[in-house]
Amino acid sequence: MSRNRTERLVNLVICLLSTRRFLTAAQIAATVPGYEHDPGDPKEHEAFQRKFERDKAELRELGVPLETGTASVFDAEPGYRIAHREYALPDIPLEPDEAAAVGIAARLWQHAGLAAAASSGLAKLRAAGVDVDPQATLGLEPMMTVDPAFAPLTAAARDRREVGFDYRVPDRDAPSRRRLQPWGVVCWRGRWYVVGHDLDRGATRCFRLSRVVGPVRVIGQPGGFEPPAGVDLISHVARWSGPVERTGRATVLAAPGRAAGLRRWAVRTEPVSDGDLLTLPYADPDYLARQLVGYGPDVRVLDPPELRDAVIQRLKEIAARHEELVVAGGAR
Amino acid sequence: MTRPAARGGPRTSADRLARLLNLVPYLLARPGIEIAEAARDLGVTERQLREDLELLWVCGLPGYGPGDLIDMAFDGDRVTITYDAGIDRPLRLTPDEALALVVALRMLAETPGVTNREAVERALAKIESAAGDLVGAPVAVRLPGDTERVRELSAAVERGRALRITYYTAARDETTERIIDPLRMLMVGGRAYVEAWCRRVEGVRLFRADRIDAVTELDEPATVPPQARRHDLSDGVFRPSPDLPLITLRIGRGERWITEYYPCERVEADGDRWLVSLRVTDLGWARRFVLGLGPEVTVVAPAELAEQVRAQAAAALEAYAAPVGAAPSVDPAGESGPR
Repeated sequence: MSRNRTERLVNLVICLLSTRRFLTAAQIAATVPGYEHDPGDPKEHEAFQRKFERDKAELRELGVPLETGTASVFDAEPGYRIAHREYALPDIPLEPDEAAAVGIAARLWQHAGLAAAASSGLAKLRAAGVDVDPQATLGLEPMMTVDPAFAPLTAAARDRREVGFDYRVPDRDAPSRRRLQPWGVVCWRGRWYVVGHDLDRGATRCFRLSRVVGPVRVIGQPGGFEPPAGVDLISHVARWSGPVERTGRATVLAAPGRAAGLRRWAVRTEPVSDGDLLTLPYADPDYLARQLVGYGPDVRVLDPPELRDAVIQRLKEIAARHEELVVAGGAR
Repeated sequence: MTRPAARGGPRTSADRLARLLNLVPYLLARPGIEIAEAARDLGVTERQLREDLELLWVCGLPGYGPGDLIDMAFDGDRVTITYDAGIDRPLRLTPDEALALVVALRMLAETPGVTNREAVERALAKIESAAGDLVGAPVAVRLPGDTERVRELSAAVERGRALRITYYTAARDETTERIIDPLRMLMVGGRAYVEAWCRRVEGVRLFRADRIDAVTELDEPATVPPQARRHDLSDGVFRPSPDLPLITLRIGRGERWITEYYPCERVEADGDRWLVSLRVTDLGWARRFVLGLGPEVTVVAPAELAEQVRAQAAAALEAYAAPVGAAPSVDPAGESGPR
């Protein structure tokens, strides 16, 4: 933007803030420097109109609440003004430790999605007289990362507009089209999800943002649906990831000094002549079997027999598969 | 040293307008501020700030006479706004700005080990009330629970002492004792880490809090050598470098989750299976990983890994084939005795 344009826009804001009457485009042109033209010349007038449209768009983009209305019932032409009450940031009396917390919060976005919005928001607080200590720390800082779908989905949830997107689940071959009334976006254990009413399934669903492929399409009108009153967004995501009760107990023999990862989970460790007997708590025998197979000959399952059999079965299949491979490839 | 002025990329026109609209109330709130200090605080150069002031000086109320224009008094290197022409407050927060601050504060309030949580919550309440309807934007945040270990570590890091830790390294499946000089604690992707100078490896490392099995605070202060550099975490915690071994696996449908969980260099369909290539820090880890994935996975490359997987599976089967009570084959003869 040229210096002239910036100057014109600052003057436009000041002019519209200072007026209580709605000012028409013609009145603004006659007042604010930079809009001078001959309204009788169609070419010049058209150039002015284009310029004025661009300027209005720029101000709205910035968040300036440009009001439109007519000065009186006799006026046909629309006019403009800015209400100071709508324009001005309300007073936010932040204590120094609170201001420091906001400063740290704004910094969390440094690498991600809303970084620009966070720093321009913080700049406004500073402009309102808040002093932010740049050195402050809070002991532990989360790094914020968001998926590209974050911004469009939060905006759609805020405006209550239906959206459509392509969703890819790794064990399916192709992404599927989904239509959703988004109620809100949730960060659960470092991952982002959107929760809402799935229009195709006719049920509440949550979707991982990292699995949304391509752009989120806004398909509904603002205010197009009403989320259920008092909906607890977290509960819809957390339902699938609750804590696991490990009530099963397995006994395995670990070779001396090996399988450090398993030893950390053992509820009991008993040294024997050829290693250590570990008692391992588990919930899902299949999951434990996979882990145990990972340790190869360093670990031998003694109990329960089903677990032992599952491990042996897996080992046999893995050995057979790689045997073929090594023979066929004449490896090394 | 001054803070670098450009926070990424050239300043756009809209940036300048936003900055100018902030500048008048900013100076109004700080009469007589030094220009250099204001420039530092606002993240612009002194020269840029002076240009901004010159521009504002010719702006003002219609009439644009001496009493209508924004006016300021200079006293040496200090500036005071004497007439604001009506822009006495910054603009209201936009929905995105409110969202950015509120979500980040919620994230902080949820983060275990944050020392002044109470201040975070007070700030959050005030920003939410100032933002009004804008935070109707429903974004909820829940991080893993406030674990004792994370709080303990965060307090220890805050006190600035060196720590002796017992640490489990998954890449090598080993537990070691080491002395670390903490730099900071952070949370990435829902996991807490201590970033510290590790005296054992003489480098900066990230230690996952849930793999620190024991911690002792030492009497000596944490001393980080000047050559220590913090990690750049913009691409996540694990950034595969090209000098790490590359492994290629053929996987079934049930193992496709790998492509979401680990950064993969290549994923391509191979009939109804997928060929997946990823970098690993250690082939021993890759061996445990592949064995754990199970029978639907085969190693395509390197041949060395395929052979290791085969040999380990065969050795394990041999041990199972031996009569119960006999020593596993990895421990030659049972004469090692009680330990």
